[in-house]
This record gives sequence, structure tokens and C-alpha cells, in this order.
Amino acid sequence: MAETPASPPSLPPTPPLWRRLWLPVLVFALLALVPFVWGERFILGLVTRAMIMAIAALSLDLILGYGALVSFGHAAFLGLGAYAVAILFSHDIVDAAIAFPVAILVGAGFAFVTGAISLKTRGVYFIMITLAFGQMAFFTATSLSAYGGDDGLRMFHRSEVFGTRILANDTTFYFVVLGTLAGCFVLLKMIVGSRFGRVLRGAKENERRMRALGFDPFRYRLAAYVIAGAICALAGALFANLGMFVAPAYMTWQRSGEFIAMVVLGGMGTLIGPIIGAIGVTLVEEWLAALTQHWKVIFGPMVVLVAIFARGGIVKLLERVAGK
Amino acid sequence: MSSTLLIIQTLNGLQLGVLLFLIAAGLTLVFGVMDFINLAHGVQYMLGAYLAAMFVAWTGNFFIGIALALICALAFGLLLEVVVMRHLYDRDHLEQVLATFGLILFLNEGVKIVWGAAPLQVPIPDSLSGTIRIADGVLYPVWRLAIIGSGLMVALGLYLIVAKTRVGMLIRAGATNAPMVSALGVDIRRLFMIVFGFGAMLAGFAGSMAAPVFSVEPGMGDNLLILAFVVIVIGGIGSIRGAFIGALLVGLVDTLLRSFSVDLLRLAGLSPSDARTIGPAIASMSIYILMAAVLFFRPTGLFPAKG
Repeated sequence: MAETPASPPSLPPTPPLWRRLWLPVLVFALLALVPFVWGERFILGLVTRAMIMAIAALSLDLILGYGALVSFGHAAFLGLGAYAVAILFSHDIVDAAIAFPVAILVGAGFAFVTGAISLKTRGVYFIMITLAFGQMAFFTATSLSAYGGDDGLRMFHRSEVFGTRILANDTTFYFVVLGTLAGCFVLLKMIVGSRFGRVLRGAKENERRMRALGFDPFRYRLAAYVIAGAICALAGALFANLGMFVAPAYMTWQRSGEFIAMVVLGGMGTLIGPIIGAIGVTLVEEWLAALTQHWKVIFGPMVVLVAIFARGGIVKLLERVAGK
Repeated sequence: MSSTLLIIQTLNGLQLGVLLFLIAAGLTLVFGVMDFINLAHGVQYMLGAYLAAMFVAWTGNFFIGIALALICALAFGLLLEVVVMRHLYDRDHLEQVLATFGLILFLNEGVKIVWGAAPLQVPIPDSLSGTIRIADGVLYPVWRLAIIGSGLMVALGLYLIVAKTRVGMLIRAGATNAPMVSALGVDIRRLFMIVFGFGAMLAGFAGSMAAPVFSVEPGMGDNLLILAFVVIVIGGIGSIRGAFIGALLVGLVDTLLRSFSVDLLRLAGLSPSDARTIGPAIASMSIYILMAAVLFFRPTGLFPAKG
């Protein structure tokens, strides 16, 4: 029997307890154990990078998974946050207490301006216009000759925290990033579950009905876009601190594509999925790159397969396994 | 801002516009008829250039080389359609974007394995090398004029096909309302395969024409792909006319502002050092600003195909 196509998709049932509670607890517990099990600098740095990418993917999930807004310029926010920190650093403003809020504000501001324009469009046009804004940010960074242009900008040490250099310790920095990731996860969980989040999801399911109920989807989408931009910029601020370096390469459109791959692979609209996806993609990339310099020949088809077959991503897969 | 430079840069802008049109034409039709986003279209351009480089070196004759490259580009486009694209027509844009993004990664790296990472050079055929005097003291390479000329001829041919033939009628109808065309008994899948292969060939043609001018290297299609997307979004998705006008607009604006933005800013009263700093940034952002402006006032582009 064919499915009846006419019935509108109802909101998915509340996910089982293990997904809401135990899966995130497991993921975060594993991440917290990493420094104690593998203390090597390389592993620590790699997982830190994976977690920063997870923050970025998490922020994308808010607009992609819950708002169905396919942003193809999300890497711009990562770059903006990173550049904000590095540029302030080059002007001797090295304290995270100033630099990080500025980075977040820059991300939010850019999201507000570009979101106000791009959210007027729909579907393909939205994908393309976000891509265009991402490219704009990229080219602006390459032409910032005062701040390194194509070559990027180096920071001599990590941001200070109220005058102290506690972030210089890799393990401390690891836990700061882990804490930020957990904080963003909880924050987004609350946002998604709130009335705001339900309006956002409602507008994704049926925009006309939401309008009829008296909501203006545009304003909710714009707010979500700004939140996502701010969180991704925060990830960028951490990213600049990780390698103590920023470059236009942080905001290439390929990176935006990778963010989408992370979210879809992990499971859109689940929040925990994109975290798993981001960590998975980062680790697989690293592993393949160690195997062969032509790792993209393997990674590319993997992305194609994920797009064609991974409906719902890893989280859905786990659900199917758990359901049996 | 000398008039000589202005003429030369205008011609360069036209040349970029024509190349963009060749890429955008296939993209906009595929987009319009099947509502399918093909990010891997830029890779077809790159492959066209590589195939041309290979066949020209093999055969020793430029024109035979290009003809062979075109046939291979067409074959490869059809292969991609059967192996990957076909599974994505009924999917979300998101999945199409992701899958074709994966294809780009694969093919960019693939050409590196097959042809090496170093850029290849393609010699300009003797009959079309050298320069021509187009005005007093203005010399311009013949090959670049040949690119403009052949691009305009293809544009004319495409216009005739789309406007005057039965296939063209079906394509236009498909871009306007694909389910209706399908309901009227047209095999829309086959139509799409034709459009897809043909679009791949056009992009390959652009690549092989561009091969002697630009260096042939992995990833050479990526930037042009983004420009081509800007073109079709400005022109209106599914519209050949929109793609043509959008391509020329983007080609000219991009090229002219790149060479004259600093001078223009200085005319506007900025100090030379400020103008040198801001000029290149404005030039590289200009087409994106243009696109954002067009979308802001006309959210479906200048010549929307869907009514």
C-alpha cells in the first residue's frame, strides 16, 4: 500500500528518554574522559578542534534542522568570530572578557543584517544568497591587507582571562571548549523547547497556518538566524585561540558545505546529532588524511552516500537499532 | 582611467561574461526543469579544460582535441546523471547540495590523481594566436576575441533551440511547470537527461575554450561555479535570457570594478591610500552586493521562468 501523501507531516513524537538524556550524557562523558585517557597534545588538539566544529554545527542545526533554512554561508560566522578576536589581539586587546563578547556581537550583527535580506527569499534563492554573503565575508578577509590578507593573522599567545594566561594550558583550554559546547547544547535545547522554538518549527511545517495563527515567521526566523550566527562566532573565537592563527581559509564555502555534511550526517533537528556528526567528520577527515594525501577521493563519495542514504543521520540509525 | 584600458577591460569583461553564460546556461536549465541544484557543474568546466589539455597534447591538433574533449564531457555528464544525479531528483535541495558537494571533493581530488597537481598549459592554435589592432594603439589577443565570438554564437544557437524547436519548447514548458508537462505524456526524465548532458557539454566547452587563457588546475571550476550561481539567481532561475544578461552583467561589473575601483574611489574624494585599501575589497564584493540588491527588490530574479 502506498502512503497517503495528502496528510501533512505531524510533529515528530517526543524522542525516547535515552536520546533526550542518556545519549548526550554519554557523549559528554566520553569527551570529558578524553584528556585522562589520551593525554597527548595531538589528540587533545584534534578533539578540541572537533568540539569547536561541533559548536558551529550545533548553531547551524538551529536554523537548518528546526527552521529548514539551508544556510550555505555558515563558515562566515566562524571566520568573523575568529577575526574579531585576532584583530583585537593585534591592537593589544587580549582579554577574552572583551574579545569574546565582541566576537559574539560581530557574529550577531552580521547575521542580523544579512539575515534581514536573505530571509526575504525562499528555497534555492536562500541557499544562494547565504552563499553569496559567505563569499563576501571571505573576499573581505582576503583583502584586509592590514591584517594579513590572504596569509592570515597570527596571535602570539591565547586570549587572557582577566589578565591571567590560564588558556595557554591545552588541557584547561580543552575543558573550556567542552564547557562551552555543553553550555551551547543546553541553551539551544531550551530555546528549541520554548515557545519560540515551537513557533520556529511550526513555521517550518506549515508557514501559512502559522501566519493564520497570528505569528510572523520572518521575525522568528531572523531571531534564530541571529542566535545561530552569534553561537557560531563564539566557536570562531575559540577556533582562533586553538591554533593562535586566523586566515580567510576559515570561511571558504567548502567549510560551509562541511558544516551541512556534519549536521545531516549526525541527524538534523536533534542537536546531539550534529555534535556527533561534527566530531565524526573531523576524526574521519584526520584519519583519512593520515592514510593518503588524496583523502578527499574517499571522503567525497562518503558525503555522497550520506546524502543519498543517511535519512535522519546517525541519531535516526541509533533509534532504529534501539527500536528493534 | 585611459580609454585604451577601458576598451580592453570591457572586452575582458565580455569574455568572462561569455564563459559564465556557457556554464550558467546548463545550470539554469537543470535548475529550472528539474528543480535540481547541481554544485558539481563547475567540475564539468574543469574537466572540459583537462580533457582539452589531454586531447590537444595527444592529437597535436587543437580543434580535433577540443571536439574529442566535448564528446568526453558529454559522456561524462551522462554518466554522472545515471550514477548519482538520478537518485536525487525527488530529494530536498539540502540533500542535492550535499551530494553534489561530495562529488566536487571527489572530482577535484580525482583530477589531481589522474593529471597531477601542477597546472597544465594548453597552447593557443597557431591560426588564432597573436594580437589584433581593434583601435588606435589597442591590441587585443585574437584568441580572447575567438572566445567571445564562439560564446556569442553558442548563445544564439541556444536561443534558437530553446525558442524555435520542439525540444526547446518542452524545456521551456518544463521550466514553467514540470508536473504538467509530465502529465501530458512527455518523458520528463529523458528530457532532463538530455538537458543535463547538454549542459555538461556546454560547461566543458567553456572549460576547453578557457584552457589556453587560464591555467588548468584542480578546483578551477569552483570560483566560476559560484559566479555562475550568482548569474542565474540574478537572471532568474530557468531563464536562458536571464542567464545571458546576468552573465554579461556579472562579467562586466566584476572585471571593470577590479581594474577601476581604486580610481573611482579616488575620484569620489578618498585619499590614495584609503582607496587602495578599500578598492579591491569593494571590487571583489561588488557582484555579491549586486545579487543581494537584485534579490531584495526582485526575489525571483530579473526574468523569472515560473509565472
